[in-house]
Amino acid sequence: MAKRIALECSHAISLAVKLANVDVIAAYPITPQTHIVERLSEYVADGELDAEYINVESEHSAMSACIGASAVGARCFTATAGQGLALMHEMLFIAAGNRLPIVMAVANRCLSPNLSIWGDQSDMMASKDCGWIQMYGENAQEVFDLTLQAFRIAEDERVLLPVAVNFDGFYVTHVIESLTVLEQEEVNRFLPPRRKAKYTLHPDNPTTWGPIGLPDIQTELKYQLEKAIQNSKKVIKEVWREYGEISGRYYDVFEPYRLEDAEVAILMMGGHCGTARIAVDRLREKGLKVGLIKLRLFRPFPFEELVEATKHLKALAVVDKAFSPGGFGGPIFSEVRSAFYDLDVKPRIVGFIAGLGGRDIRVDEFMGLAEKVLRGEKIEKNYVFLQVRE
Amino acid sequence: MIEVRWHGRGGQGAVTAAEILAHAAINEGKYAQAFPSFGPERRGAPVVAFNRFDDKPIWIRSDVYEPDVVVVLDPTLLKNVNVTEGLKSDGIIILNTSKKPFEAKERYGFKFKMATVNAMRIALDVIGIPVVNTAMLGAFLKATGILKLDSVLEAVKERFKGKAGEKNVEAVTHAYKETVLVG
Repeated sequence: MAKRIALECSHAISLAVKLANVDVIAAYPITPQTHIVERLSEYVADGELDAEYINVESEHSAMSACIGASAVGARCFTATAGQGLALMHEMLFIAAGNRLPIVMAVANRCLSPNLSIWGDQSDMMASKDCGWIQMYGENAQEVFDLTLQAFRIAEDERVLLPVAVNFDGFYVTHVIESLTVLEQEEVNRFLPPRRKAKYTLHPDNPTTWGPIGLPDIQTELKYQLEKAIQNSKKVIKEVWREYGEISGRYYDVFEPYRLEDAEVAILMMGGHCGTARIAVDRLREKGLKVGLIKLRLFRPFPFEELVEATKHLKALAVVDKAFSPGGFGGPIFSEVRSAFYDLDVKPRIVGFIAGLGGRDIRVDEFMGLAEKVLRGEKIEKNYVFLQVRE
Repeated sequence: MIEVRWHGRGGQGAVTAAEILAHAAINEGKYAQAFPSFGPERRGAPVVAFNRFDDKPIWIRSDVYEPDVVVVLDPTLLKNVNVTEGLKSDGIIILNTSKKPFEAKERYGFKFKMATVNAMRIALDVIGIPVVNTAMLGAFLKATGILKLDSVLEAVKERFKGKAGEKNVEAVTHAYKETVLVG
């Protein structure tokens, strides 16, 4: 087995991007993402990575540059966070609608106001409908693996969609820990250079992309995007299987932990799942049947798989690090409730909004919320802000 | 699992020290984490960094609330930061001070095990600048014994290339020899 090395999680992504041998990186630095592109710019400057590094004047331009470069066939990468992703918002849709296989790392950060550099998932959740495949990683190993896989998935001719690899600002981005990485030859076999897509911008064969979409065609275009992202799930699973065979690390749409005989499970995405795992172990020591589901794939959302894996539960405690003001709880909570609507017998589904703006979610808080649900405690509207001081 | 909290001031290198330890531990085949306290980083302001070490994978991703070890890079922090907050009763505090260990223990009223070293003098003598983080690595190793001196020296050389690396290695070994532990 390959030796474990120490890397900051952000640099694990930089290394994966280098191994992926990207052609173009266009990025604007923003905390807590900066370390990713800082390291990439060093790779390029030191001649370790033969890529075009474009210093742009904003995130809107970063995505625009990636869109142009991807349309001519380049393998493209960018990274952003929080306000940067918000500024990019418009162009995210252009990338997806034009079926451009761009890979982006998002160091999830709270949106202003008040100005917060700290982590939560409100940035990507505000862009969840942009048509990108969206994955969430927990640690250095996972974000390294997801980044490499993202290029393969995005560029697959059956997919041709951009992929966002999300990881929590600071609680993941800035942590130095150990992981095992792939050798360049292994990556080259798994991820050959990008194949020329059927439609590629080229002066010898001029085409028009994204012109006016009259009402008689726009519905069909949007429907195609929906079909494409729904169909991508099959390819995503295929790529994950193949990656498992070369790395020994097998991924799936979510990762269950002590779920088989559980009565209640915590469900969430990202780095805090690690802390939730400790809470599950401690509750098990007390004889309480609690499990965990670490959701990895948010778009396309794995409705069927989730229902199948959790329908035996008495209750699901969904923890969101984002919410929709005036809406119905957090975005994961809403999806999970929808997933179960048609079932006659279903678990109780309770939502907890926590970890906003960089607030830590401690082991005892995870234990407390799971015990609350296990006791069948009544929660008005079925969702609650866990950590708020009123 | 051993959990460590580093207290320093922006610019003193607490975060770097924690990072070096994580690299050393992982190179020894252990599991480790190093992470900063995620605040706006300002020179001179109190900063905190954390370490975790274990022989098995570390899943928790939360601040350290009940450390086994607290390392204080700057004695002036003791005036306005409660550096022993949450420190386990059998925990240990490692302090950069010019005071003798018993004197320091009495002066600050600590009931914990304590290790002291005059890291500022070592830094000025050996490196020539008042940056005490690598000297405090030596104190950490002497006081805890949880990592090998050689692996930390390797990690220091990896972090600081050339002449700076040599000086910092000397600061670590000096502090390692001079650190005194009191019960």
